Amino acid sequence: MSDSASSAIVCRGLKKHYGDVRAVDGLDLEVRAGECFGLLGPNGAGKTTTIEILEGLTKPDEGDVVVLGRRWGSQERELRERLGVSLQESRLTEKLTVYETLSLFRSFYARGRDPERLLEDLSLEEKRDARVGKLSGGQRQRLAVACALAGDPELLFLDEPTTGLDPQSRLQLWERIAVYKAAGRTVLLTTHYMEEAERLCDRVAVVDHGRIIAQGTPADLIAGLGAPHILEFATEPAVGVGVLSGLRGLRDPRLRDGRWQLAAASLAEAVPALVEALERAGAKLVSLSTHRATLEDVFIALTGRELRDE
Amino acid sequence: MSDRPHPLVALTRTRLLEFVREPEALFWVFMFPVLMALVLGFAFRDRPPDPIPVGVAAGPAAPELSAALARAGTVRPAVYADVAGGLQAVRTGRIALLVEDRGTLVYHFDPTRPDARLARLEVDDAIQRARGRRDPSPASEALVHERGSRYIDFLVPGILGLNLMGTGIWGIGFSIVNARLKKTLKLMAATPMRHADYLLAQMLSRFVFLILEVAVILAFGVAVFGVPIRGSVVVLVVLAFLGALCFGGMGLLVASRARTLEAANGLMNLVMVPMWLLSGVFFSSERFPKAVQPLVQALPLTALNNALRAVMLEGRSAAAVAGEAAIVAAWGLVSFAAALKIFRWQ
Repeated sequence: MSDSASSAIVCRGLKKHYGDVRAVDGLDLEVRAGECFGLLGPNGAGKTTTIEILEGLTKPDEGDVVVLGRRWGSQERELRERLGVSLQESRLTEKLTVYETLSLFRSFYARGRDPERLLEDLSLEEKRDARVGKLSGGQRQRLAVACALAGDPELLFLDEPTTGLDPQSRLQLWERIAVYKAAGRTVLLTTHYMEEAERLCDRVAVVDHGRIIAQGTPADLIAGLGAPHILEFATEPAVGVGVLSGLRGLRDPRLRDGRWQLAAASLAEAVPALVEALERAGAKLVSLSTHRATLEDVFIALTGRELRDE
Repeated sequence: MSDRPHPLVALTRTRLLEFVREPEALFWVFMFPVLMALVLGFAFRDRPPDPIPVGVAAGPAAPELSAALARAGTVRPAVYADVAGGLQAVRTGRIALLVEDRGTLVYHFDPTRPDARLARLEVDDAIQRARGRRDPSPASEALVHERGSRYIDFLVPGILGLNLMGTGIWGIGFSIVNARLKKTLKLMAATPMRHADYLLAQMLSRFVFLILEVAVILAFGVAVFGVPIRGSVVVLVVLAFLGALCFGGMGLLVASRARTLEAANGLMNLVMVPMWLLSGVFFSSERFPKAVQPLVQALPLTALNNALRAVMLEGRSAAAVAGEAAIVAAWGLVSFAAALKIFRWQ
């Protein structure tokens, strides 16, 4: 790990348990200043507990946390002046208007951004005087991010910023986060959307059972699979794993919902080999599709489970 | 940017806006006490007591007795055909007393019933006078109907105190538990907002409404029932401020840890119900036994009600109610400090 001067967040050996549940189980993390870092993992992986420990809202049982060169516990207000936080489940007061909400949050920070400018930034000008209770999910989420930006923070924490949003709202938020990052600020976000992590994050950490099981740029993690393509097929009759093992250029066969998934380094090599093997086994292809490997495939390769196991 | 509002001002303003945009809350704060005073005021309004129902056992003297009693007006006689029927009516409480003329007058009544003892005196008096008794010392009556000594006069300051307690504890308690449930508190705790500012704003927003609240209740009492305000209105307002501070602080304390509305509601009742009963809202707290008086008098609502009554009805000065005011203020400050200490932000 590098020194904390160029790091926005450094934490080591983080542990937190609730009763018998080990929500965070020995987690190390370093977020560099100016990068967008994603904690990626399924629900219940410990992402929210981790981010709330880093935000100073939850005390860890063990471990060391340094945020912007400081530790939680003393002079917290000075540190909070430099942070922006959007929580996963918090609801803003419904009786207030969008502008009233923003100016309330603005009032908490010694320095910050003009609420009118924040409205523009998050495309909420038209909703300026609308009650929060009347906003759509996407508008509410944008307002939550606007509130997090009210103090013009150096470091922005976003816990599942786009969960439950329609694609258009999601895109709008991504753009806004990209603009914020382009100004040299740091973002730590959690998500269980691969696409979000791939598009927004410079680096991601894959979290499962309270630990980080892989870390790197999305491209590196995908490249780490050693097979940038994923083949998915179904046959009639179904074939066993014996048919698929040992095929040239095809690896990691997995059966999911009656369909086989295989990783391939080269489609040109893998597809003919597969077709030939199936013919030899007397099975007929019912469907065949391919896609470029994503972080989802990385997660499956690492855990054997899908990211959105719900 | 220097033109940002002070967070305390912004938080107070926010709380006020939230409140005025909640029509039900307005109803409970302003209409409820007025309705309560109206209903109780009419129930206990000044009027001569109803004549007490009494029975006369049938017999030769019955018409004469009955007529004498009816003339007196303080009792309402009914003739019973036999003594057994009349006694049955006494036992079931339909009449307070049965009079039977056996040559000497016999009064059947239950002495543990206050109205029966009263009936005994009234009936005897009416009959003796009708039969020609001469009193050795003639007496006449001078009736007193003084404003300030009626039940409604006692009631209005009590309702004022009760309302300060109710809106303080409910108004603040529920809004805080709600904000905790919605994780709004947690989000605020993640900002540099001072925790004391948030709690103070809850109380300050109460002060603004307090002025209206006090004005509505007092104006109603004065206009509709002619309740007197003999002391200084300024002292009354100061007492009301202290009351709001006190119950606002207690509301914060009650809500400082509760994670559900049910838990908060239980705690609020635990705090308020004893004061409803003990603190002299509807009847004087002096009626409780001596042994519990130190406790009763230490309750903030008792102190507040006593002070409000002393100023309104007896025209006492600020100095005369300083002790009560100190009790009220102390409850508020201690509650606020404790709430700030143990407050749960998530």
